[in-house]
Order: sequence, then structure tokens, then C-alpha cells
Amino acid sequence: MTRSKWDWDLVWEILPRMAGGMWVTIKATLVGIVIAVILGLFLALGRRSKKKWLSMPVAGLIEFIRSTPILIQLFFLYYALPSLTFLPDFARVIRPLTALILGLGVHYATYASEAYRAGINSVPRGQWEAATAMNLGTFHTWRHVVLPQAIPRTLPALGNYFVAMFKDAPIGSSISVVGVLFVARSIQSQTFRSVEPMMVAGAMFLAVSIPAAMFVRYLERRMGYET
Amino acid sequence: MPEFFLNSNQWARLGEGTAVTLQLLGWAMLLGSVMSLVMGVARLSRFRLVRALALVYVEIARGLSAIILLFIMFFAVPILFDVRGLSPMVAGVLALGLNMGAYGAEIVRGAIRAVPKGQAEATVSLNMTAYQRLRYVVLPQALTVILPPFGNLSIEILKGTALVSLITLSELAFEVQKLRVNRVVIEDSATTIALYLNALIIYFVIAQVLARLFRFAERQVETRLGSV
Repeated sequence: MTRSKWDWDLVWEILPRMAGGMWVTIKATLVGIVIAVILGLFLALGRRSKKKWLSMPVAGLIEFIRSTPILIQLFFLYYALPSLTFLPDFARVIRPLTALILGLGVHYATYASEAYRAGINSVPRGQWEAATAMNLGTFHTWRHVVLPQAIPRTLPALGNYFVAMFKDAPIGSSISVVGVLFVARSIQSQTFRSVEPMMVAGAMFLAVSIPAAMFVRYLERRMGYET
Repeated sequence: MPEFFLNSNQWARLGEGTAVTLQLLGWAMLLGSVMSLVMGVARLSRFRLVRALALVYVEIARGLSAIILLFIMFFAVPILFDVRGLSPMVAGVLALGLNMGAYGAEIVRGAIRAVPKGQAEATVSLNMTAYQRLRYVVLPQALTVILPPFGNLSIEILKGTALVSLITLSELAFEVQKLRVNRVVIEDSATTIALYLNALIIYFVIAQVLARLFRFAERQVETRLGSV
């Protein structure tokens, strides 16, 4: 039996399963973004701290996580944590999807922290001085003066990193998170067809990442006019 | 009690993996730099078709992500184009290089546009060819803008090399995974934690060296430009 290189029937047949996998990949990214947004802010504040015992380790940690592969970090969470016998059980045994979300969240929190740092540094000195003159405490200065001005300026950079996070999300397939790449690989081993599942995965990926990147560029242009 | 150090055999395996990782990184960066330059210049071409093709390349190679590009390269491309199977190394170099080229092209494009217009106009008045303009006037000045983001990009590519373990190239990440599985089977004393930490530290050291190299190159270019 000769089979053609491309089989449209198979494409339509696998589409629902592939879309299901894609949805898992997208969900993992969205939850990862929430972690990165929150953890990133704390990392940025920690790095800016005047207390050396806090700022130095945080800076080192950011640099370390940022310059090592997220794939190995994911393996670390999934395979290495369970061998730390002194940790309580709930922290040791970790589900694949939880590991992926944590891995993405922590890795991109370090990127987000750099974006926050740039945004915070762009708030003019006069704003800080004005807050001091108004006798605002540290909390109120950050909450009502600095962050409301800093965060909008970090949005384009954050957006870029979150598109990058989405592009890293298929690594979950290596620890059997049933995302788009995992589904493509299962279909491949069931049907012995490689082209269709891989190309469908690629097409779905482009369908999400190109509009997302365009939206970030739109944000960049808008912020460019405002500042 | 977990033991934190690996035995010499395990170290040797990590060393072999690191050598493959460096080889992959080198070839991918070579291909990536060439693609960055060619596509970055093509994005500013006078001809509309050339500009459009370069844009399509950039959007696809960036938008697919390194990992999906890698799997397409390894599993789909050989069948689609009747090539007799790409080795994991070749597929890895192609995927990472093309991915880097797409990001790099945008950097090169931005840097060329940042060179003052008067410089290009001056080459016209000196009757230089388009090649001479690019080679001797525009690119040397663009290079100072290109190098810092390229340093970051090279670290992203280094991190991407670990992905190639997923299509069974026996680079560092793959060796680590193999060692972990073996440990489970033969009850070796090295712990999984030590294994992964060591791998992470090796990647970290390579990244630091890359960053230093690019900073060094940046200073070299700046002093050379300054002395003209």
C-alpha cells in the first residue's frame, strides 16, 4: 500500500484531539503567567532591597535561573524534588502538570523581575521625593505612587516574555503533560504518520503565537506614544 | 543520606555530553548568525518580494518556537522533502539556527536602521557599490548595536540546546537523563539532585563564558570604531 505524504482525512480526524492538547498547553501558560507576574514582582523588590543579605542572593538566583535551560529545571522539579527525603510528602510528589506550571512560572518570573526593575527605574526621582514630602510610608509610596506608574511601562516587555513562555510550554511533553506536543507524539506512535500531527501542531502554534506577538507590538507602539 | 558528588565515571559522561552540547551550540550559532545577517538585510531590501519572503521566514521561525520547529525538522521535513532522515544533530542545528536567525534578523534590521542616514548617503557620493556600503560602512557601525542583544540571544540558544535531548541527541541533558535512569536501575550512590544541579551549573558556566566573550567583542569593536 502506498500512502501519500499528506492525508487530509487524517488531519481532520486528529484535529479535535490536537485542539484538546493545545488547550492544555494554553492553560498551563496562563497559570504560569499568573505565577510569573506575582513572583516576578517580589523578586524585583527583593533585588532592589538595600539589605545586602537579601538583594545579593536574589540577584544570584535570578541570574542562575535565567541562564540555565528550563527543560533541566523542569526535570529537577519532577524527578529530583521527590528524592529530598526531608521535605513533607505534599511538596515531594508532584503531578506533571503542576511541575510544568511551576517550572514555567518560576523561570519566567526571573524574566518578569527584570522587566519590573526597568519599569521601576523609569519612574522619575521627583516622584519618590514627592512621596517623601507628602509623608507617605513605604507601603503607600509603592502602592499608590511608584507601581501605578511603573507597571504600565513594563507591559510590552512582560508580554514578550509571556509569548516566549507559551513557546516553551510544549516541553511538558517530556514529563507526559498531555499538551499539544504530547498528543502529536501519541498520534504519531498510533498511526505511524509523522507529518500530519507535527504540521498540525505547528499550524496551531502559529495561530496563537503570531496574533499574540502582534498584540505585544501594538502595546509597544501605544506605550511608545505615551511616554 | 543523599551523597552530593558524582563518581568519575559519571563526571566523564557529563563531560562527553557537554562536548556535544558545545558542538551543537557552535554550529547553531554559526547558522543563526548567517541567517540573521542575510534575513536582516533582506528585510530592508529595495524589492518588495524579498522583503515579504524575509518577513514570512521571521514570523514562522519565531512563531513556531524552537521545540516545535525541532520536532517538525526531525519527523516531518525528511518525509515531506524526501530526505533520507536527518540525524538528531543536523535537525538540532537546523531548528536552533533557523530559530535564532529569526530573532537575530530583527536585531540586525533594527541596528542597520539605527545607523545615521548620512552614512549611507556618503557612500553614494563616494561611488561605493551596495556591497561596499554594507561591508565597510553600515555593518561595522551596526555591530556595536548588534552585539549586546546577540549575547543574550546566544544564551537563549544555549538553553535551547537541551531541547535536542528530546530527539535523542546525546548532549548534556540527555546524558543526565540516562544517568538518572541508570541510578534507579543499579542503585548508584549519586543522587538525582546532585546530577541535575551539576548539569545546571555546567550550563550556567557556559552562559557566563558566552556573556564575557560577547562583552569582550563589544569592547573590541568599540575601540576599533573609535580609532578610525
